[in-house]
Amino acid sequence: MSITRRDILKSLTLTAMSGSVLRVIPLEAAEMAHRMVKAEKAAANQVYAPKFFSAHAYKMLQSLCQTIIPADEEAKGAIEAGAPEFIDLITSENKEYQVMLGGGLMWLDNTCIDRYGNAYLDCTAAQQKEILDLIAYRKNAKSDPALGQGIEFFGWLRKLTADGFFTSEIGISYLGYIGNTFVAEFPGCPPVPE
Amino acid sequence: MQVQRTPKRYDVCIIGSGASGGTAAKVLTEGGLNVALLEAGPPIVPARDYKEHVWPYELPHRGAGVGAGARQGAGDEFMAPNGAWEIEGEPYVAAPGSRFRWFRSRIVGGRTNHWGRIALRMAPVDFKVRTHDGMGDDWPVSYDDVAPYYDKVESFIGVFGTKENIPSAPDGIFLPPPRPRCTETIIKKACDRLSILCVPSRLAILTKPLNGRPACHNCAQCGRGCITASNFSSSQVMIPPAEKTGRLTMITGAMARELVVGKDGKVAAVSYIDKATRTEQRIHARAFVVAGSACESARLLLNSKSTLFPDGLANSSGVVGRNLMDTVGSDGGGYFPQLEKMPAHNHDGVGGMHMYLPWWKFDRKNDFLRGYHTEFGGGRGMPGVSDFDDLCDDYEGYGVGLKREAKKKYGTYIGFAGRGEMIPNENCYCEIDPAAVDQWGIPVLRFHWKWSDNEIKMAKDMQETYRQIVEAAGGVYLTKTSPDGPHPYGIADGGVIIHEVGTVRMGEHAATSALNGYCQAHDVKNLFVTDGACFVTNADKNPTLTIMALTWRASEYLLDEAKKGNLGA
Repeated sequence: MSITRRDILKSLTLTAMSGSVLRVIPLEAAEMAHRMVKAEKAAANQVYAPKFFSAHAYKMLQSLCQTIIPADEEAKGAIEAGAPEFIDLITSENKEYQVMLGGGLMWLDNTCIDRYGNAYLDCTAAQQKEILDLIAYRKNAKSDPALGQGIEFFGWLRKLTADGFFTSEIGISYLGYIGNTFVAEFPGCPPVPE
Repeated sequence: MQVQRTPKRYDVCIIGSGASGGTAAKVLTEGGLNVALLEAGPPIVPARDYKEHVWPYELPHRGAGVGAGARQGAGDEFMAPNGAWEIEGEPYVAAPGSRFRWFRSRIVGGRTNHWGRIALRMAPVDFKVRTHDGMGDDWPVSYDDVAPYYDKVESFIGVFGTKENIPSAPDGIFLPPPRPRCTETIIKKACDRLSILCVPSRLAILTKPLNGRPACHNCAQCGRGCITASNFSSSQVMIPPAEKTGRLTMITGAMARELVVGKDGKVAAVSYIDKATRTEQRIHARAFVVAGSACESARLLLNSKSTLFPDGLANSSGVVGRNLMDTVGSDGGGYFPQLEKMPAHNHDGVGGMHMYLPWWKFDRKNDFLRGYHTEFGGGRGMPGVSDFDDLCDDYEGYGVGLKREAKKKYGTYIGFAGRGEMIPNENCYCEIDPAAVDQWGIPVLRFHWKWSDNEIKMAKDMQETYRQIVEAAGGVYLTKTSPDGPHPYGIADGGVIIHEVGTVRMGEHAATSALNGYCQAHDVKNLFVTDGACFVTNADKNPTLTIMALTWRASEYLLDEAKKGNLGA
């Protein structure tokens, strides 16, 4: 079909402008417009250049995101889902996030250097696991108040990683959300297991 | 600044294009009058402004907006441009010691672009509260006066529901309801066990084609704007038939500043700021319908001072701005383990609840006067930014365990929202702030607010009820509230439920009210205030359907008066 998105949007606008009784467009046209938006997005796919984080910090961010939500046999992980790109984009626009996440990553590097003599990415897998296990739980701040800032940082990064993963195509399909589409008649609830 | 005068004189000038202004525009133009309709915002263009069926991953910010603003309370990217808590350059003030939020929609269709489409009739007793329990005041109209107009509105806009014969929730003219979702079947079962009423909800969404609009296609996204106009909004349903008459002149970007009174004591013109040119303009008309939303309409009257009306227009009683009410709101929610076992399925349905809990304790004495209804929903919705915050806080940790926990818990929550009647009190009102103006030079509102004990007891009852229901359904109630602090039992701040009404109330007596039962000012016969400002009480029913019914009734009265020549030449 040779109809373009521009044609559809133009016809929609005309319908709206021409004083028709109802500003209604046919279901088919609406659905086609949505699909074309999707196709355009896919065509524009390209390698992401970080807007806020330095190359080093972005590498760290990617590593942490993938550790928070890794790939497993059921679904790919946070990197494939685009979580680091999403976090970098919103951080580039939000001064609070810049301090919280930018500073948080530096806190993690500083702490790793103090503890293990290496920045986070240069630590062994066991060392990385050890420090993350400390900052992943609020209760650890009670036994070691010096972890407080790390715990705050990791808590935020976990939420933003979950945002990035579960709003991706991969994450939505992993959760099993089905919908966002045209359903002529809502079928109701399948039997609820007791 | 140069004041320009438009020589043309309209039959009627309507201020505001929302539920009330849109209804007035339809009825008055179809009745043969030439109408100018002023709207402070821009036109809405569905093809440009609506984001239906977009996935979060199709947007760079995943729907969270620039800087993830949605996490800080800004609207998400999916929503149609339908309103905001703060508008740049148009402030409002809360008096010291008061907390009040004011949601405003500066766009054609006003807040009908935003509302939940919950379309509930007020019950006969809701119009006669003083007779019933001695508090507040009776309306000058009865249910029987308004019922024919509820019929007209429902028949025209389309409301689904079922006949239930519940005294607190009168039946209307209904389209068939959608089938219940899983979350709704679970709550219905628990409510049956507890003898709490749970019935199909009543929403202004088409489940069958009506008046040229197709039926809802069940994408659950009314808030994003409905490109098929299957849900109701003034912009898509009321304005188009008014335009079709050829008698409607729509003026957008027009911020009404003052109603100008002639020597005869009638309103001669409205003075407004044309936002695009920042110039003052005037519209002359034989009659004026003020429908800018309850507080905006009170503001316009209070800002319209003259030698004839030194305390503001139509305010010889002093009630303008007084009796400000919102709805009592308290929310709760729970986790339902049985939902973990549900197979993946489409749970979307219409954009809102398929079932609700009408007020059911009308037949007994309670700890508080009046009642509340309950809205509820949850389950397997489209995942969005910040949906997993609680899960992250509860689970902590990271890795495959976190990922699996999120999948296991997805769709297992159901939330409840109590919506109850507030009794007006002398501590809740709005007035003109003595110092501040907005960017158009118009003095702004200052709000005063204090809940009384009756509302707090009602919020307590909501919390106790939702715990009971969740536990009866085999769930775990997760909401924690305290009897003290700024939000006892989770009661929302004034204005937050976006049901402000009462600021230009109607009544039998000119000494204690501003309007008669037809929304016509006692003091100024060619002035009508038809939005929620005219309410005497704020029943637990969301006000929009009643606003439209009262406006339809007032508009027919106005047509009749015009025919009789009572509006003047």
